[in-house]
Amino acid sequence: MNFDGLFSNFGELTTTGLTQGSIYALVALGYTLVYGVLRLINFAHSEVFIAGAFAAIWTWNGFGLDQNSQVSGVGSIMFYLLVAMIVAAIASAGTATVIERVAYRPLRKRNAPPLAFLITAIGASIAISEAFGVYTRRLPEGAPILVGTKPLFHIAGVPIDGVQLLTIGAALVMMIALDLFINRSRTGRGIRAVAQDANTAALMGVNKDRIILMVFIAGGAMAGVAGLLYDVRIQTLTYSVGFLLGLKAFTAAVLGGIGNLRGALLGGLLLGVIENYASGLFGTQWKDFAAFAVLVVLLMFRPTGLLGESLGRARA
Amino acid sequence: MRQKLTRVLGGVAMLALVAGGAACSSGGDDAASGGDKCGNKIAFFGALTGSSAALGINENNGVKLAVDKYNKENADCKVELVELDSQGSPDQAPQLAQKAIDDPKILGIVGPAYSGESEAAGPLFHEAGLVAITASATRPSLAEQGWKTFFRVVGNDLSQGPAAGTYIKNVMKADRVFVIDDQSAYGAGLADEVKKILGPAVVGTDKVQGEGKQVEFSAVVTKVKAANVKAIFYGGYYQEAGLIRKQLTAAGVTAPLVAGDGVNDPAYITSAGAAAAEGTILTCPCQPATEARGTFVEEFKALNGTDPGTYSDTAYDAANILLAGIKAGKTTREGLLEFVKGYSGEGVAASYKFVEGGELDPAQVKIWAYKVQGGKVVPDQEIPKA
Repeated sequence: MNFDGLFSNFGELTTTGLTQGSIYALVALGYTLVYGVLRLINFAHSEVFIAGAFAAIWTWNGFGLDQNSQVSGVGSIMFYLLVAMIVAAIASAGTATVIERVAYRPLRKRNAPPLAFLITAIGASIAISEAFGVYTRRLPEGAPILVGTKPLFHIAGVPIDGVQLLTIGAALVMMIALDLFINRSRTGRGIRAVAQDANTAALMGVNKDRIILMVFIAGGAMAGVAGLLYDVRIQTLTYSVGFLLGLKAFTAAVLGGIGNLRGALLGGLLLGVIENYASGLFGTQWKDFAAFAVLVVLLMFRPTGLLGESLGRARA
Repeated sequence: MRQKLTRVLGGVAMLALVAGGAACSSGGDDAASGGDKCGNKIAFFGALTGSSAALGINENNGVKLAVDKYNKENADCKVELVELDSQGSPDQAPQLAQKAIDDPKILGIVGPAYSGESEAAGPLFHEAGLVAITASATRPSLAEQGWKTFFRVVGNDLSQGPAAGTYIKNVMKADRVFVIDDQSAYGAGLADEVKKILGPAVVGTDKVQGEGKQVEFSAVVTKVKAANVKAIFYGGYYQEAGLIRKQLTAAGVTAPLVAGDGVNDPAYITSAGAAAAEGTILTCPCQPATEARGTFVEEFKALNGTDPGTYSDTAYDAANILLAGIKAGKTTREGLLEFVKGYSGEGVAASYKFVEGGELDPAQVKIWAYKVQGGKVVPDQEIPKA
């Protein structure tokens, strides 16, 4: 136990934890949205994330940037980030759409048992991940250094750099946008209606298939942005990293209350900082132990997660 | 494109080998009564796909060259190379080992490449009496299991760890060092040896997860940063090392990273990025493959289309020891095992003679320091024995 290390580095462990947590949270949204509407754990969502992350790197490669390039100038950095973000969001949303069309919709039409969905999800996940693995020859691909990690300013003595600002900022903006979309827009109302009672919603004239597709697209776009932020932060991508990140994001979703958008945010950020505090206190080898121990203990007392399930709950 | 061409050529070579083997067995009817002198096989055992495949491919290419040369010189009685892809996983190793054992034509193994898979496959080879010469598994305990079939043509961690420590202490003259390992037998073993040499100069330690299970090292980076060190030692493999180096540099840590042979690979630089990787020191119980004696480098390049990488030369030597035995008529597993045990001779990387447990004679072990310079791993110096 290294209390001294934890306390003297507390600020930095918090900021880096929140940064990682933001990525968890964005991916967690995809799990939560799909679960909220379909009561289905979309295990292939980790590969939706990977598709976005690779799309962003390949976009930069298309501009002639590789892991050794350094880009300067705020304008061009913004340009590269924005283009990659759009491409990543489209790639991820597209992957999610394909998964829904090919893997889930046919099963739904035939009233397949939940177990069939689960195994298709795992199958789709492995198939996509392996395809990326074969295509990249299982080697890591590097992203250019776009956002510098020089401290921009300090909050209470803790340095904050561009990557952290971008990651946490982008995650919050995306989250607020999604929250507004679900709670305020017409499609959002449809999503909530289907989540609450799919058959009644269909009787009221809601096109269920269209709504489900929208859910996959929205979750996919979030995962795509998460993929981009992952590239900016870690700067190296291997085909296999989706699995563990997906598992962590799913954990974050359950921690916050699966089916609950704000829960996904809370769960993600919480998981990120718990991991870092545990790393600081016990050593990095205890990181995953601590994260999952907290999950188990928390679920003992709050089986529905911190904020409970709520996507389907009626809201005026 | 070159990759494809190599594969096609490899495929053609394999076909030629199979055809040659067939011709050999059909033409050797009169010799058949005296046991099968021809159509023998040796196998390479190691990761050819998966996240730790780079070293395995280096080695396999070295073995390929040895077999290719042998078959050119002995066209009437060829040896076939069997490639056993373990993906570096100890879980897959036993069944692959069994597969090799079940093929009576396989007389010897080059490998297993990594220590974990060696640990898992070793007992099976021992029981079957199938000789296995590893060109890169450096875990010390492997030679202490009493396996009569285990041999290695490189020094072990115990020789590499102190050398890395000596380098940090005497060459870099670093008095504040942070030691990280990946909790693998290899990484932790190496880190422990380094800690022993450096003693109080180690001001901080941490453990991470290997095998691609961790990509985010911000907590470690924070600790290293706070410890304000002159050098960082990492015990583990290139995949995590690249990420750690990248994230350290991004956080403004400029102290050089020192690591063992598991990181000595071009993929480390891809993963870290050339700028961050610059100045990294890598130790290896092998001399630079490009400094191998004779015409090895040119021949390797001609066959494989790439420069020899880490352990290409030692794997080549290991294969040649087996082939020398087969050439000398040791075409049974017992015969070849005895041959290897008593072997003494020169290879392209070093001279070989085995001592108890199958270890390379300590006098023959060379530890080299390499340095990342301009995006390439270049030889720095042979580390003097402290």
